[in-house]
Amino acid sequence: MVTHPAGRAAPLGIQLRAIRHGYQIGGAFKPVIEDVSLDIAPGEFVALLGPSGCGKSTLLRLVAGLEPPHAGQVLADGVPVTGPGPDRIVMFQDPTLYPWRTVRANVALSRDIAGRRDDAAVDAAIEMVGLKGFERAWPHQLSGGMAQRAALARALVNDPRLLILDEPLGKLDSLTRLTMQTELLRLWQNRGFTVIMVTHDVEEALLLATRVVTFSPRPAGVISDVSIDLPYHRHRDDPRLLALRREILVRLGHSEDW
Amino acid sequence: MSGAGTTQAIAPAGKPTRTHARSRPALRALPPWAAGPAWFVAALVTWRWPDADDFPDTTTLAGLFAGIGVALLAAAALRRLSARAPWMIALGLGFAAWELVQAKLLLLPRPFFGTPQDLLDVFLTDWKRLGDSLLHSLGLLVVGYTAGSVLGIATGVGLGRSRRFRYWALPIVRLVGPLPPVSLLPLAMVLIPSNWLASEALMALGSGFPITVLTWSGVAAVDPAYYDVARTMGARERFLVFRVALPAAMPQIFVGLFMGLGMSFVMLVIAEMLGVKSGLGFYMQWAQGWAAYPNMYAALLVMSLMCTGLITILFKVRDRLLGWQKDGLKW
Ligand SMILES: Nc1ncnc2c1ncn2[C@@H]1O[C@H](COP(=O)(O)OP(=O)(O)OP(=O)(O)O)[C@@H](O)[C@H]1O
Ligand SMILES: [Mg+2]
Repeated sequence: MVTHPAGRAAPLGIQLRAIRHGYQIGGAFKPVIEDVSLDIAPGEFVALLGPSGCGKSTLLRLVAGLEPPHAGQVLADGVPVTGPGPDRIVMFQDPTLYPWRTVRANVALSRDIAGRRDDAAVDAAIEMVGLKGFERAWPHQLSGGMAQRAALARALVNDPRLLILDEPLGKLDSLTRLTMQTELLRLWQNRGFTVIMVTHDVEEALLLATRVVTFSPRPAGVISDVSIDLPYHRHRDDPRLLALRREILVRLGHSEDW
Repeated sequence: MSGAGTTQAIAPAGKPTRTHARSRPALRALPPWAAGPAWFVAALVTWRWPDADDFPDTTTLAGLFAGIGVALLAAAALRRLSARAPWMIALGLGFAAWELVQAKLLLLPRPFFGTPQDLLDVFLTDWKRLGDSLLHSLGLLVVGYTAGSVLGIATGVGLGRSRRFRYWALPIVRLVGPLPPVSLLPLAMVLIPSNWLASEALMALGSGFPITVLTWSGVAAVDPAYYDVARTMGARERFLVFRVALPAAMPQIFVGLFMGLGMSFVMLVIAEMLGVKSGLGFYMQWAQGWAAYPNMYAALLVMSLMCTGLITILFKVRDRLLGWQKDGLKW
C-alpha cells in the first residue's frame, strides 16, 4: 500500500455488489455483466483483463456513474454512486478529444469546467506525455497514438481520487508504451490515488498492478482475482511474473502447453 | 458519424474551389498589364465617339474609366494584380462594348436598357436617397435576422437537448416553420399595428426556421461520448450546452445561418415592396412606378452588393470560428 502525501484528496475505495447489466441490441436483450462483485481498496492499482467485447468498458461506465446498473450496487467509499463526478476521472478507450479545441485546450478541459486556471499542471501533463510543441495543434492533426496521449494528459491534469483508464496505452508503440507505463506508475506512487485500468496486455497488467482481475467472455463474470505482491521496480523476466502470466493466460483460455 | 455527413451533404462542398484553382494557368494567357489598357479602350470609346443622344456625365464617365485604367496599371506594375487580372480585362472591354452598343449606337430599346452614363448619373444625383434606402434596408435586415438567429439557435438547442421542450415545441415548429412567411404577411399587417414590426416578425420567423432545424440536427448528432467526457469531469448542463453541444454543432449551425440569411433577403424585399415605406425594395418599386429604369438598376446593384457583403461577413466569421475543421468552403 502506498501512503499518499498530505494535502491531496484521499484515494477512493470502490465496492461492486452483485452487478448485472445489459443492453438492448437489435430488439433482443443481451446480458453484458453477470453478477460481478468486487471490493477495490483505496490506493489499489487494479488491472482488468478479459476478451474483447466481454463488458470491461461497460463496467468502467458503471463505476464512473455514467449509467446505473440494472441490478446491484456501485458504492464509492460505501456511498452509492448516483452520477459522474470529478473525483472519478475517466480516460475512455477512444481519445474523444474535442475537435474544436487545440491540444492544450483539450488537456485543460477539466480546469475550464472547474472554472480555474492551472497552467503549470496543464503544461506538466503535456510534457509528461511527450506532446510538448503540439499544444496549438488541432486534434485532426495528431496521429492515433498522439491523440491517445493527449487524452491521457487530459485525465492526468486532474487530482482525482480514482483514475479509471480504459486501455490507455493501447495504440502506442512498445517503446513509448514503456515510458508511459513508468510515468503512470510514478504518478500513482506519488499521488496515491486508486487506479482501475483495463488492458489487453497481460504483461502490462503484471508490471503495473497490485491486483489483476480476469473476466470471462460476455456476459462478464470474474474468473480470477490475483494479488501481485511483487515489489516495484518489477522486471518482465522475473520468473514469478512469468509464472503468473502463464497462469492468467491459461485462465483466459490458452492451452497449457503454449 | 452522421453529423459530419449531413454537414457535407447540405453545405456546398469545398472541392469546386480546387478545380477552379487548377484551371487558372489557362488564364495566364491574359497578362495583368492588359487590364489597364482595356479600361483605356472603354475611356476612349466613351470620350471620343459621339453620343447618340443627349446623355449626362459622358466626360465624367470617361474620366472614371481612365482613372480605373491608371490604377490597374499601377497595380500590375506593383505585382498586386494577378488572379483578378482576367476579370478586370473582361470588365473593361465589357464596359466599352456596352458604351458602344447603347450610348453610341442605340441598338437596344430604351428605356429598359440604359447606358453606363445613366447609371453613373443616378449615383451622382441620387446617392443620398440610395444611401438612405440602404441604411433602412440594413436596419430592417439586421434586426429581423438577429432575432431569427437567436430564436433559431435557442429553439434548436432546446429541441436537441430537452425531451420536454421537444414534446411541446416540435409540433409548433412543424406546423409554423414550413409555411412560407410571405403567406402570413397579409395577416401580420392586419394583426400587428406597425408594418415595421410585422416585417421584422416575419423575417425572424422565416430565417429562424432553417436555423432551428439545422441547429437541432447538429446538436442531435453530437457524439454522446463528448458529453461523457465533460460529465465525468463534473460539467453541468450549462457547460454541456454552451461549451460542448454548440461548438460541436457549429458547422451545421452555420449552414442554417447561411440559409436563414437568404430567407431574410427574400423577406426584406417583399416587406419593403408591400408595406414598409422605405429601403431598397421600396426605392425599386418607386423607380418602376416612374419608369426610372436606371434608378432601378442602381438600386439592384446596391442591393446585390449589400447581400454579397453580408454573406462575406458571415463566411469570415465562420472561417474564424471553424478554423479547426479540416476542410471548408471558401466564399
Ligand atoms: N451503448 C451500448 N448499446 C448497446 N450495446 C452495448 C453498448 N455498449 C456496449 N454494448 C455491448 O456490450 C458488450 C460489451 O461491450 P464493452 O465495450 O464493455 O466491451 P469491452 O470488454 O470493453 O471490449 P473491448 O476490449 O473490445 O473494448 C458488447 O457486446 C457490446 O456490443
Ligand atoms: Mg472496451
